[in-house]
Amino acid sequence: MTTDLPKYKTSDEVDFVIVGSGAAGGIMAKELSSNGFRVVVLEQGPRLSESDFTHDEIKIFNEDLLTNHRELQPNTFRKTPDETAKHQRAIFYGRLVGGTSVHFTANFWRFHEIDFTERSKVGPVPGANLVDWPITYADLEPYYTKVEWEIGVSGLANASPFDPPRSKPYPMPPLPVKGCGVVFERGAKKLGWHPFPAPLAILSQARPGRSACVNCGFCESFGCEVGAKSSSLAAAIPAAERTGRCEIRPNCYVHKIELDEKGRATGAVYFDDKKNAHLQKAKAVVLCANGAETPRLLLLSASKQFPTGLANSSGYVGKHLMLNSNSGVTATFDHPLNDYKGFATSRVLHDFYELDPQKVGFYGGGGLDARFDFTPITFATGGFPVSGAPGGLPPNTPRWGKDFKAAIAHNFTRTMEVFCHGTSLPVENNSFSLDPDLKDAWGLPALRMTYKDHPDDLKLTSWLSARASELLDAAGATRHWAQPIGEQTVAFHLLGTCRMGNDPKTSVINSDHRTHDVKNLFLCDGSSLVTSGRGQPTMTIMALAFRAADRITALAKRGEITA
Amino acid sequence: MTQELNRRAFLLHAGTGLSAVWVSANWPALLAAGEHARHAVQSATTPELEFFTPEQLVEIDAVAARIIPTDDTPGAREAGVAYFIDRGLVTFAKGQQQIFRDGLPALHALTKSAFPQCSTFSQATPDQQDQILHRFGQQPDGGPNVFTTAPAAQNFFETVRWLTIAGFLIDPDTRGNPNGVGWKLIGRDRAHTFQAPFGYYDKDYPGWQPTPAPQKGGTGQ
Repeated sequence: MTTDLPKYKTSDEVDFVIVGSGAAGGIMAKELSSNGFRVVVLEQGPRLSESDFTHDEIKIFNEDLLTNHRELQPNTFRKTPDETAKHQRAIFYGRLVGGTSVHFTANFWRFHEIDFTERSKVGPVPGANLVDWPITYADLEPYYTKVEWEIGVSGLANASPFDPPRSKPYPMPPLPVKGCGVVFERGAKKLGWHPFPAPLAILSQARPGRSACVNCGFCESFGCEVGAKSSSLAAAIPAAERTGRCEIRPNCYVHKIELDEKGRATGAVYFDDKKNAHLQKAKAVVLCANGAETPRLLLLSASKQFPTGLANSSGYVGKHLMLNSNSGVTATFDHPLNDYKGFATSRVLHDFYELDPQKVGFYGGGGLDARFDFTPITFATGGFPVSGAPGGLPPNTPRWGKDFKAAIAHNFTRTMEVFCHGTSLPVENNSFSLDPDLKDAWGLPALRMTYKDHPDDLKLTSWLSARASELLDAAGATRHWAQPIGEQTVAFHLLGTCRMGNDPKTSVINSDHRTHDVKNLFLCDGSSLVTSGRGQPTMTIMALAFRAADRITALAKRGEITA
Repeated sequence: MTQELNRRAFLLHAGTGLSAVWVSANWPALLAAGEHARHAVQSATTPELEFFTPEQLVEIDAVAARIIPTDDTPGAREAGVAYFIDRGLVTFAKGQQQIFRDGLPALHALTKSAFPQCSTFSQATPDQQDQILHRFGQQPDGGPNVFTTAPAAQNFFETVRWLTIAGFLIDPDTRGNPNGVGWKLIGRDRAHTFQAPFGYYDKDYPGWQPTPAPQKGGTGQ
């Protein structure tokens, strides 16, 4: 079955140009084209297919097959604004059609009600700019359900007593339990906690054109070779293309949003793969470029009309970056778990989702999950060549020689982790901005990350790590050791950098995802989030994209975008 | 297996009984004859060295063989790691070439200063080799870094270490770990797909059951 895919000219004024094809952009493309609009999606990365999704760790970890390129797209890092940022790899995101949803872990829980109204409930937190969302869980619930059914999520409804209300069960049962899940359940239940099967954006049952998970074991960080992982590439983009109205244009690096003299967006300027610049004209522009590249693009689009960056009258573009606090406790068991088989996570618990700051002495909350997300090489080394990552071996294991060999031989099949996911508070200084010195391979200012965890985030991380250790004791682990807890210097979750809000002075977009400053410019991706949830943001990013597409469609049909 | 043992025996004695010329002439063929047949099968020709000289390859092989030694199970040597590194240095690890250009002479100098009777690292006994390598970076027991005089050499050891482990444990269907010897050691089944139950603990799993609901008012934390 082949459909003639549309090819628009750059001079064709399409209805929407969408920048980015990841978790948000893929869904935006599917929804807007299904609603009758003509859409061009500009994706900076290549279009790869299932046959390209190799298990070659070198291609994935050393050659950036699926991720932003360390040499072409360098970035810098500093902890606070008074430091000069140093060139070091601080940011990872998917750079291909499908974006980060291609290589992510696919842990897929919904945010809870508290995530949208936490400020009202706990009050102000010193050193943070914590605010409520302009929408609630109830506003988003129908769209969470849409993600589960349309994109494909496996899980067991109401298995967690802490789950928010839902209008429908999951469309398919959870994936089979793994060894890590069994021992996690055992330990958690002894402590009176409430483990449940991990909801995953991985198919437990086949769908048209997509296989159920075959448990190959190369899941997190890798693309799925059978279409079982519910990425935008597998689950949304084919539907967008089937409308006959959506063109996905890969290898297009957008670096400027063009405006007319009235301050309205007229299209997106991009470099093609030969570094020739083009303007794709459009009636409206939707940025879904992720929580790092969306604010960067706005800052790169500064003009006379918008001297501090496009849509940045609030000064909030790039600010309030949240990475989600995280840590883990690694453990060995007496018998083989063989957790290298299958997907990464197996069981989750949310008993600590909402902690009482009065009782624990800090703000926050989180979830624990049972997982094994090492590959053979990262298990034995941590990373390339001396990343500082701990790998999967116990502390003080010899790093080479016969005892090292004995350790990898014994431990690889017997190891698992309890991973702790938690809140990050929105701190204004934590941000993405343009580096004043470093340039990328196209001569554009590189991304600069400024980040220092709020003290409560670190307290929470330590607290959750202690719970993970308790769980592993109760589970009968042979040995367990906590990964070191410290301030984060590497970003995977790129959240909060163009926050949503009702007040144009303190937010970048309104609850329709429209920028307060430019009527026909919309933003939807991790940057839209107001709080960080407790990790696992992709489910919420996809739900926001479904909702935003509905809102944008309604505005367009009422003639309120171009008028 | 016979070929594998032959090659191991060859390497162990390479420095003592055989000339460099012999190594130069025969090394590629020897590798191709062993598990490294994988490369030969893929390219239908004898693999050729792309970065190292044959003499350098012997030295790298000797270092790799101390990082993952051969005992009653195969080690880095049987996985042809030296060849993986050679190929790596003209592909994904191109940026590390200088580390090897600096590191190999540093290895030689360390060897000469520790054991003047050995003209190369590969000529030293395994015990002597371990003593030399202990001077690079962290010790095997996690002890302090005692090699502080030549950072290039330390970088060299860390890079060889990483590449050795990578060449030993990478998916055998890609670019190293021929015949999956590394995976066999760590118990990683080579099958491409799996079905539950996966291991010991999930074999008799009775199915998910809820924990009794919590008391009103949360978890008590």
